[in-house]
Amino acid sequence: MSGVLNKRQGRQSVLFDEPPYVKAAGNAAGKKEMEGPLGELFDYCDEDPYFGQNTWEKAESFLQEKALETALLKARLRSEDIGYLVAGDLLGQLIATSFGVEKFEIPFFGVYGACSTMGESMSLAAMMIEGGYADTAAALSSSHFASAEKQFRYPLDYGCQRPASATWTVTGSGCVILSKEECLLNNMSRALGANPVKVMGMTTGKIVDYGIKDSMNMGACMAAAAANVIEANLKDLNREPDHYDRIVTGDLGYVGADILKDMLNEKGINLNNHMDCGIEIYDNVRQDTHSGGSGCGCSALVLTAYLLPKLALGEFKRILFIPTGALLSPVSFNEGNTVPAIAHGIMIERC
Amino acid sequence: MNDKNISMRDILNEKDKTKRNEKYEAYVDQVTPKHSLLVNMIWAFVIGGSICLMGQIFTNTIESMGVSEDNASTYSMILLILLSCLLTATGLYAKLAKFGGAGAVVPITGFANSVAACAIEYKKEGNVFGIGCRIFYIAGPVILYGIFTSWVLGLIYYLV
Repeated sequence: MSGVLNKRQGRQSVLFDEPPYVKAAGNAAGKKEMEGPLGELFDYCDEDPYFGQNTWEKAESFLQEKALETALLKARLRSEDIGYLVAGDLLGQLIATSFGVEKFEIPFFGVYGACSTMGESMSLAAMMIEGGYADTAAALSSSHFASAEKQFRYPLDYGCQRPASATWTVTGSGCVILSKEECLLNNMSRALGANPVKVMGMTTGKIVDYGIKDSMNMGACMAAAAANVIEANLKDLNREPDHYDRIVTGDLGYVGADILKDMLNEKGINLNNHMDCGIEIYDNVRQDTHSGGSGCGCSALVLTAYLLPKLALGEFKRILFIPTGALLSPVSFNEGNTVPAIAHGIMIERC
Repeated sequence: MNDKNISMRDILNEKDKTKRNEKYEAYVDQVTPKHSLLVNMIWAFVIGGSICLMGQIFTNTIESMGVSEDNASTYSMILLILLSCLLTATGLYAKLAKFGGAGAVVPITGFANSVAACAIEYKKEGNVFGIGCRIFYIAGPVILYGIFTSWVLGLIYYLV
């Protein structure tokens, strides 16, 4: 049997023969995120929503630059050492990314998976390393509340009511550097109890569309995509949900998380170790974020600031990390189309 | 609204995709929390009423200064628009509309807010392609169909 076929598990999953290690994770966040429950875990924060730039788009680029810079610093690497950069954001033609990463001069792939971009970019970066095309590769994604509102909804100062199902786009960026060589996350010390963290494999999502047209209820649009990936992962690898310490979805929010659990329950999958980055990142009541956080930055921040350190330090042994994305555009919405969704599952494990 | 509850089982068992989507939509509608209509209406009444009351106070005050009724209401509207633009620029109108809902959107101040907000947001894209092209991004439909409706009414008035 060839190696390729051995790695491929079932219809949607892959288990790596030589899982890449997570070498470093860096991030940058905005004020609201800093004031949230995970606020003190972020590497870089600024009260200024423009981060010293003059447009929202440049502000988002700045976040990407900071996240990548911090990850490189923690990895003790220079940008020349990175074989590939896979990155994306929510804006049209990925402008936040293009302008944010230009100065690093790393061979680059731009990807769009809406809010699932962190999962998509990590999947691809991991495959590049495992495939032998690079020794290190970086995955990066970002979102900014104001640039996303401007593109997908209304100007920031326009007065309107957000429905209770709406989510709040996270201002932030997260970057993960993967490496072929065994290493400890962020050069932590084994003396502190840190162990290497590996990307064991992935379950790539399909586009799932249950016909929802309400762009203000993205949790409902994405829940089915997340359910598909979880079901596929468990079936492809013949696992039970409790194989993972946490099954972490990206930004389903309260509404989507409830639908996901109901849907999986009906399929005979009992999800009692579920966690949603969109729910974790804000204090829903105090910060008035309605259904929770969303955006590429949401899962990227929670992964880099919270989940990966917890894995390295032994609180979690294994997680299934599933960023979720709603694949709409202002044009598709105006033309009356549904909101298709996608999710990308990544299996991350402590050695 | 649906009178019967749709369970996830119905949705997953449904083989026809169109029907499945319809059921899912109804299910989502059931499980999605909504703002309380009553609370929204009370706030809309309070905020909308206050804006109108303010307008009336402006009109009466200006009238008492010896300005004709027609002119006084015009001045009053201009003042409300000015006030709305100032509140938009300071980010306060969006906060007001969060509670006020339709009470803040429907009066002339809401219209002014929609124009000023666009001007602020798209200023970065230049005076022509930014502000010029997009200032009426939200207000445009109101202007277009407002003029169209008055044309239709004018036609009816002419014929009748």
